Order: sequence, then C-alpha cells, then structure tokens
Amino acid sequence: MSAHSATAHAHVDHARHELGFVRTYIFSTDHKMIARQFLFLGLFMMIIGGLLALIVRWQLAWPETAVPGLGGILKETGGILEPSTYNMAFTMHATIMIFFVIMPILAGAFGNFCIPLMIGARDMAFPFLNMLSFWVTGSAGIIMLSGFFVEGGHAAAGWTSYAPLSAVASYTGVNWGQNIWCISLFIMGVGSMMGSINYITTIINMRAPGMKLFRMPLVVWSLFITAILLLLALPVLTSGVAMLLFDRTLGTNWFKPAGGGEPLLWQHLFWYFGHPEVYILILPAMGIASEILPVFCRKPIFGYHAMAFSMIGIAFLSWIVYGHHMFVSGMSPALGMAFTVTTMIIAVPSAIKTFNWLGTMWGARMQFTVPMLNALAFVSMFVIGGLSGIFMASTPVDIYIQDTYFIVAHIHYVVFGGSIFGAFAAIYYWFPKMFGRMTNPFLGHLHFWGTFVFFNLTFFPMHIIGVGGQMRRIYNPTQYEFLVHQQGWNVFITYSALLLGVSQIPFVINFFWSLFAGKPAPLNPWNANTLEWTAPSPPPHLNWGPTLPTVYRGPYEYSSPESKEDFLPQNVPPVGAAGARRH
Amino acid sequence: MLDWWLPENVSTYGQEIDWLFHLIYYITGVTFILVFATMLAFIVMYRDRPGRKARYTHGNTTLEIVWTVVPALILVILTLLSVPAWSKIKMTMPETDFIVQVTAKQFNWQITYPGPDGKFGTADDKTLLDEMHVPVNKIVRVHLKSQDVIHSFFVPQFRMKQDAVPGREIKQWFEATKPGKYELPCAELCGFGHSGMRGWIYVHTADEYAKWAAQNLTAEAAPTTEAKPDDKADAKKEAPGKAEPKKEGKAKK
Repeated sequence: MSAHSATAHAHVDHARHELGFVRTYIFSTDHKMIARQFLFLGLFMMIIGGLLALIVRWQLAWPETAVPGLGGILKETGGILEPSTYNMAFTMHATIMIFFVIMPILAGAFGNFCIPLMIGARDMAFPFLNMLSFWVTGSAGIIMLSGFFVEGGHAAAGWTSYAPLSAVASYTGVNWGQNIWCISLFIMGVGSMMGSINYITTIINMRAPGMKLFRMPLVVWSLFITAILLLLALPVLTSGVAMLLFDRTLGTNWFKPAGGGEPLLWQHLFWYFGHPEVYILILPAMGIASEILPVFCRKPIFGYHAMAFSMIGIAFLSWIVYGHHMFVSGMSPALGMAFTVTTMIIAVPSAIKTFNWLGTMWGARMQFTVPMLNALAFVSMFVIGGLSGIFMASTPVDIYIQDTYFIVAHIHYVVFGGSIFGAFAAIYYWFPKMFGRMTNPFLGHLHFWGTFVFFNLTFFPMHIIGVGGQMRRIYNPTQYEFLVHQQGWNVFITYSALLLGVSQIPFVINFFWSLFAGKPAPLNPWNANTLEWTAPSPPPHLNWGPTLPTVYRGPYEYSSPESKEDFLPQNVPPVGAAGARRH
Repeated sequence: MLDWWLPENVSTYGQEIDWLFHLIYYITGVTFILVFATMLAFIVMYRDRPGRKARYTHGNTTLEIVWTVVPALILVILTLLSVPAWSKIKMTMPETDFIVQVTAKQFNWQITYPGPDGKFGTADDKTLLDEMHVPVNKIVRVHLKSQDVIHSFFVPQFRMKQDAVPGREIKQWFEATKPGKYELPCAELCGFGHSGMRGWIYVHTADEYAKWAAQNLTAEAAPTTEAKPDDKADAKKEAPGKAEPKKEGKAKK
C-alpha cells in the first residue's frame, strides 16, 4: 500500500468522524451530497413548473373560466386568468423547466454524481467551488420564485424575452418581475460556470489509472461536452440579461430602437446561447440512454467511437445553427439560407446516434426494467422530436410553421420526451447508488406507463393544431375564426395534460417511500461494468477505501467471451494478469 | 375531420411551401415507421428469455458509413429543394405598382394606402385600422414596420409570416389567388393584448376592388386615420368601436 493511499484511508476515517450535520447535509463539499441537493432542487421546481403548465392548459381548453384551486390566489377575478397572468404563467413555466429543472437535474445532479464516481476520482477537482455552484444556483432559484410576489407580477415576455417587449416596463406592465428574471438568470449563469469549470477540470485531470479518454463511459463524454457548451454559451446569456437589465433600469439602449438600439441584437445573443442550450439539455440525456441501453441489452454499445464523435460533432455544429430560430425575424434572408444548410447537417449526428442505439438493441437480451423502459422512451421520443425538426430546418416550410404549436410540440418532444425521460431513466438507474436503496418496480412501471401514454396524448396532437395554424402564446384560440374548429383538440390535450400530471404521483410516492423504506441496495444491482458500482451503496465520503480502482477496459464489455458471466467490470484485471499489478 | 390539416392555400407561393411540407411529411413519416417497426421488432425478438445470449459485437463500419451517408444525402437534397422557394419568397421582390404600408402597434395593424397621388407620407394617405383590401391575382407589396414592440404579420391562408421589427422597414410580397376574407393574426408575443390582435385581409375581384378604392381611397372619402367602416360590401364588420385606438378592455397596468 502506497503512502498516498494510506493518507487517503486516514482521510476517509477522519472525514466520517469530523463533519457535523451542517457540513454533511447543507454546506457539503462532497460531490454526492451536492448531486442530491441539485436533484431535490430540480424535483421541487418541477412541481411548480408542472402546475404552471396545467394552468396554461386549463385556459387554452376552457378560456376565461375559473381555474380550480386558483380562486384563493387570483381573488380579484375569482380564479380566472387574465391575459397578463396567462403570459406570466407560460413564461415562468418555460423559464423554470429549462433553467431550474432540467439543467439542475441532468447537468447539476447527474454531472456531479456520475463524473467522479465513473472516472474513479475521490471528488471534484474543486470541491469548495462545487458547493458554491449549488448555493449560487439555489439562490438564483429562490430569487426567481420571489418574482411571483412583486407588484405587477412576474416576467411575462416569454422565456425568450424578446426586446423591446422585455426592455420597456410599460409594454408588458411588468416592472420588477422582469428585473428579477434578469437578476436570477445572471446569478444562475455564474453558478453554472462554476460547475462547468469543475467538470472539465475533473474529467481532464482526475481519471483513475487506466481510464483513457476512450474508455470513459458515454455519459461522462456527454457531460464533458455539455460542460464545454455550458462554459462557452452561458456567459453569452449572462451578458445578454445584464444588458437587458441595464436597458430597463439604467437607461442604456442596447435593444431599444427609440434610443438607437437594435432589437435583433437581443435575438442574436439569446439564440447564440439558446441553441447550444438545447444541446445542453439533451446531450446528458443521450449519454444516460447510451449508458443504460447496453446494461439492459447485456451487449456492448454499438459504435462507441461513432457515439463519442457524433456528440462532439453536435457540440461543434450547435454554434452555427442558431439562426434557424430567426428565419422570419427580419434577419437577412441570405443568412437564413446559410443556417438552413448547417441545420440540415446537424440532423446527421443525431441520426447516427439513433441508428447506433438501434444497433445496440439488435441481437440483445433485453431486460425491461424501469430505467430501461425510460431509456427506450427517450430514444423513441427523441426520434419524433428529431424528425419534426426537419420541417423547421426547411426555410420555406418554417415561414408557416414558425411560432405555431408545431414548434411547441417539437420542443416538448425534445426536452420532455428527451431530457425528462432521460432524467427519469437516470433517477431510477442510479437511485440505488445515490441513496443506497432500491426503488419499487411496481410504482416505477405505473409511473412510466402513465407518463409515456399521456405524454404522447398531450404533445402529439399539438403537431396537428400547429399545422392548422394555431399560434403559440395566444391566450384564447377561440378568438380566431380559422382556429375554432380545432378547439376540441385543445380540450383533449388539456385532459391528457391533467392525467400526465396525475401520473407523476406514483413517482413522488416511490421516491420518498424508497428513500426511507426501500430495500437496501446491493453493491451492483444491475450487474453493470462501470466504476460507480464498485463503490459501496451509497458511496462514503471520498468514494472508495484506500485504493482507487484501476481500469483495464472499456465500459461496455457485456456478454464478452472473456468472462463466464455476462458482464466484465472495468476494474477486473484481465485473466492471467490478475495480481500482476501491485499497488 | 380531414380539415385538421393545413388551412386552404390561396396564395401563389403557398403551393411551393405546401409541396415541401408534404415532401418532408412523407420522408419523415416513412423514416418514423421504419425506425419504430425495427425498434418494436427488436423489443419483441430480443427480449430476455431463458437460454438467450446477447450477441457480442462493438459495431460495424459499413453500417456506420451507410447510416451516415444516406441521411446526409436526403438532407442535402431537402436543402437544395428548399432554396428556390425561399429565394423566391423572401429574397426577390417582384415588380408591382401596388404597395401598402403596414405599421404594427400594440395591439393593432395600421394599414396605409398612398392615396390618389401614389406616394406615401403625403396628406392624402389613407390609414385603415385592422383591415386591408387588395385585388385578387395582383402582386401586393407590404412595407412592414412596428412602432413599439416586435409583432409578426401572419396570414395562414397565404403561408406568409414576417416579423415587424421596430426601427426597420421590411419589404414583403404576396399574391392572393382567391377572393375572400382572411384573418391576419399577430404571431409574435407582443404583450397582454397579443391574443386577439388580429386584422382582416379582404381579397376582392378587380371590379370590386376598384369600387372599394373609389369609395375609400379618394380625396373625398372619409379622412385618414379614422377609417370609417365601409358600410357596403362587407357586412360582417365588427362595426363601430373598431376605429378608436382601443386600450380599454385588456389594458391593465
């Protein structure tokens, strides 16, 4: 035993005895505790974001009728949404879901949990910065929620907050709400930068012996690429919201044409961040699916290198496609044509990934566990979201489709069908390692099937009403003669959305019941190969005992002829070499 | 039942958009069916059964190349097919003597005709609120402006959409092929009155348009900006109130 491991061992014991409640559970520098904190933050915010969505849906199905349960909050109107309240509801639904649900869960929770455990590191490179990253993001969340309580209501200019609507208070009637929106996202941007620097440094410097870059699990690859995108994209949003806030409060004129500003500048800044952001939301879910499929197919991932390189390709291309959000914005149509080309090209790596997932399923021995079902749902829903994207990539078709429910359907197939199913897959898959207990499979199946069925019944019909021309962000579709015949669909969608909400109840019960009373998890419940399953469940501070695991092979050696069992963990020495390596 | 689809197309370039839409619809539809059929087949065939052993393979270079090149080719072809329509609709401006200025504001469309002298910015300009009258089979050029926030000029039946950006004048065109009355909603969130910001485009036959113009656009016709609802042809007007620059109703600070 080397001197280094001896100190590590001493440190492990030391840590366990010394840390009090506050340092263990609240201001913890342990990446696993920070991961749990991000998970709780994301799940809590998901309840708020989800309820906001249901409020929006109620108004669209039964316009200007009292929303059940809102009578006590909207006293003046008896629970009926006014247009300004409605605008606030969809603005905050999207803002919360994107910045405070999907990013904290996928990048925050699973980035923190998976990276050190799967590359064989004891913690993040900068544990203190890691703690700060959570508390900065958490503060941003609290600030964001405080906006609901200020005079004039919360931001109501859409999650895209197009200037000058967002830049001048009198255009929306919202004053402090929009300011708080800017301040909160600014702080969130700083928190996310702290996290991304940490992820990148940890992955580059702290891999266990033998963990070459191309032996890394694909989920680590995806988080690595996501962190690079976060590092480069978020500062653009951060500067953008700062400029917007200055326009609102200090009298600058970045985006106000009256003072010589340029409204399209906001859109360029926003989408230059916004398109990489879409991939920030989906790449970790792609990594999660690539991780879970081989385990429950009992088969190596098909085309490991193609999977890694296609993610790199997506990351690179994601910087030069953003203009497809702006085809009819008044941006030069010649530029629009260039963005069509890049947008069509970015579909190729996504196609490669889909076919490789299918390749992984070919000749498999599939076990339909709850994480596997969610991963399969991810793949299939991502296919629909990807295919509907091709309509918008074609500029002439986009002229008609832009700003309709077709876009709403597309984005929900990608970020709900994609990212959220990915998040559920990850929660069910790593729950045993994260909390040391198994989840209940019956409740898990109930949750999965309810979510899968009602997700599709909610969002698929949105394609249809979008093709019919229904604009997004309208308060009352029945005001328009050409939309009236589709109103039945809006009612249908709202019933489905309500049932989709109800389908989340088994998840909440399962989560908390398993947390306290679930079956204790064994070391490696899924017979998986990656390093996190060699640490105890849940892993102690600093993850492993005195010796860090050594890596001898790639992460997906399932059903390998080298092994009698159908899996071959990364840290098991090759036959014949056993004991050859000393520590 | 079947009218849950694209609304009727009544513009010249709308056909090209619809053709591309349907082409992409069939390509993605076939892809969808193939992928889902394969996936379902694999799920059934390769489910875990006693004695089943998974195939140990890391991939196949030939397959990788095929499924990179085939989608890439399809997408390149789609790009090439999209270019001509895009350049026709947005990048070229056909010659015409029919020009209307549209200035969007919270929450109305102000439609300005140059009046008898054919020039904008002169005393005989006529401005209508939320209604535009054009002749059928005539290229109409729209000079689009906004005086406050971003709005979007959307005519579903024309397959036409263009944002109106404050501080810019954006030139667009259309040519309607069928007389009728078409809705002109705003498609970009523009504030609390966004929903319901809607105008009407009346496409007349050449004769009817001439008659309408004689009554409404000549010097003797009702003075500008207060555009009296024209009392004949179109009875379905929402009558009075429409000319006064609203503000009540939705407005709530």
